[in-house]
Amino acid sequence: MKMTNDKLLFNAAGYIAVTVFSVLCLLPFILVISSSLTSETYIIQNGYTLIPQDISLEAYRLALKNPAAILKSYGLTIFVTAVGTALSVFLCTMTGYVLQRKDFLWRNKISFYLFFTMLFNGGLVPWYILIVQYLHMKNTVFALFVPSLISVWNILLVKGFMRGIPYEMTESAKIDGAGDFHIFISIILPVSKPVVATIGLFTALMYWNDWFASLLFITNPDLYTLQYFLYRLAGSVQALRMVMDKAGIVVDTLPVESMKMALTVIVTGPIIFLYPFVQRYFVKGLTIGSVKG
Amino acid sequence: MVKNSAAVKKRNEFFREFRKSKMLILMALPAIIHVFVFSYLPMGGIVLAFKQFRYAEGIFGSPWIGLENFRFLFISGQAWNITKNTLFYNFLFIVANTFLQIALAVFLSEMIGKWFRKITQSLMFLPYFISWVIVGSIAYNLFNYEHGALNSLLGFFGAEPLDIYNNPSYWPWILVLFNAWKGVGYGMVVYLAAIVSIDSEMYEAAEIDGANIFQRIRHITLPGILPTFVILTLLAVGGIFRGDFGLFYQLIGDNGVLRERTDIIDTFVYRALTQTSEIGMAAAVGFYQSVMCFIFILLTNWIVKRVQEDYALF
Repeated sequence: MKMTNDKLLFNAAGYIAVTVFSVLCLLPFILVISSSLTSETYIIQNGYTLIPQDISLEAYRLALKNPAAILKSYGLTIFVTAVGTALSVFLCTMTGYVLQRKDFLWRNKISFYLFFTMLFNGGLVPWYILIVQYLHMKNTVFALFVPSLISVWNILLVKGFMRGIPYEMTESAKIDGAGDFHIFISIILPVSKPVVATIGLFTALMYWNDWFASLLFITNPDLYTLQYFLYRLAGSVQALRMVMDKAGIVVDTLPVESMKMALTVIVTGPIIFLYPFVQRYFVKGLTIGSVKG
Repeated sequence: MVKNSAAVKKRNEFFREFRKSKMLILMALPAIIHVFVFSYLPMGGIVLAFKQFRYAEGIFGSPWIGLENFRFLFISGQAWNITKNTLFYNFLFIVANTFLQIALAVFLSEMIGKWFRKITQSLMFLPYFISWVIVGSIAYNLFNYEHGALNSLLGFFGAEPLDIYNNPSYWPWILVLFNAWKGVGYGMVVYLAAIVSIDSEMYEAAEIDGANIFQRIRHITLPGILPTFVILTLLAVGGIFRGDFGLFYQLIGDNGVLRERTDIIDTFVYRALTQTSEIGMAAAVGFYQSVMCFIFILLTNWIVKRVQEDYALF
């Protein structure tokens, strides 16, 4: 490929722009990690730094000394993510399949019934009152994954994808006497791996990162999911002191500033670690979804 | 007799389809029920906007006060302020993010250096992966008055420290920056996918005809991503009355100093719901938001339909 002047200028501009933005994306993570490894005294005197100064693992040592609270939160979050994702993906793909079955007379009505909720809803207040006062889900694990089980967007994605599956596959199975559910499970699902993987990944990420449900519905610390746990602890010195006190750690000279960063790293760590391995599946999923429009 | 038989025929058709598609109906039932409970039932709770809610009496026992809640909200100027902020910020977000997403996608699609492109794309997509709680922690790390990295850096150069959390004028910039930081990687991938699907023969033909890279971008790439641009922008404008609660709540929290400049509809409703007893008012603002969103989606869809039918949502 010939390098002409216009290409040179374009690549130069591109390299600058892309490098700047990419570095900006990476920098904050480095900042947080470095700050978590810097001693509290250095932070008090000089503030958070890009390169760890006066390196100290004290923040981590204290945060992990009695890891009960963190482990509990991890366990709960993994549970909610696993169960929520499995249920949500199962229900959304099943519904998506039903809605693209050309021989189902009611599919358009049901599609509209579902789609309308994307245009209009009752707002936060009625939803909150329903869940707290009428469904009595406050401070239950169900509040963490049940309200967001059905994503109409995902159902429509699945419906669009499955329209590309030849109807002959369903038809011939029906002729052989197979039931609709059986057809869905053993014939349709295996050829729908791309869309199932896509909504699975995005749903899992949503559940893993969720803190809004906890903010609204949870006051019991045993039911704090990871992000909310971090929000409560890193956001309030008082809360941090209380948890440390309960864990049997002397709180008078708690390295609060470095601990905030250490907790951030502890909570984010695994997902950042997983990121290089899973990110291309997210990208692939987005690519398929967007090309189909 | 004729009228009866038409109704009877319809009813028989109904039961016939029901019997035939029993399994399919059963399979769709969980979603139908869930949506009924969590999306349609709350719509009934909209009556709260017209009542003065008392917990003891529940939704249906509380007294009606008609448009009182709305009157108070609009006359006090609160509704206008949060509306203004919501629209203002969303508009900035759409413009800034779209520009960056398209620019970066165009660069990545044409630049040389496969490894560079792969690594930077991964880096730019990374912020999408974390929650706003983490971003709030990052913002704290940067902007805290006593210990923040920004003030340390300023101090290093001998400049005065900035009290970011007490100064509303910085925050439009900060919010746009952080919103872009977190969202551009995602949108860039979508635009990149659209660019990649453009027929490469067109580029080759243009290059043979003597077009330089800037001309090729202007005449092939940009028109090629127009459908994607229209759909994404249409969706964004349709949601212009809905703010990103996570962004505003995690970065700003309950900061009274910044409130007038940064309070959006969503944070207002949340605060009214959880910190005051003005449930009816909170419901009124929520209803107002839902109605405006609905109108806007219909409006933008109608406009796009008139311009280019296939680009419309429905």
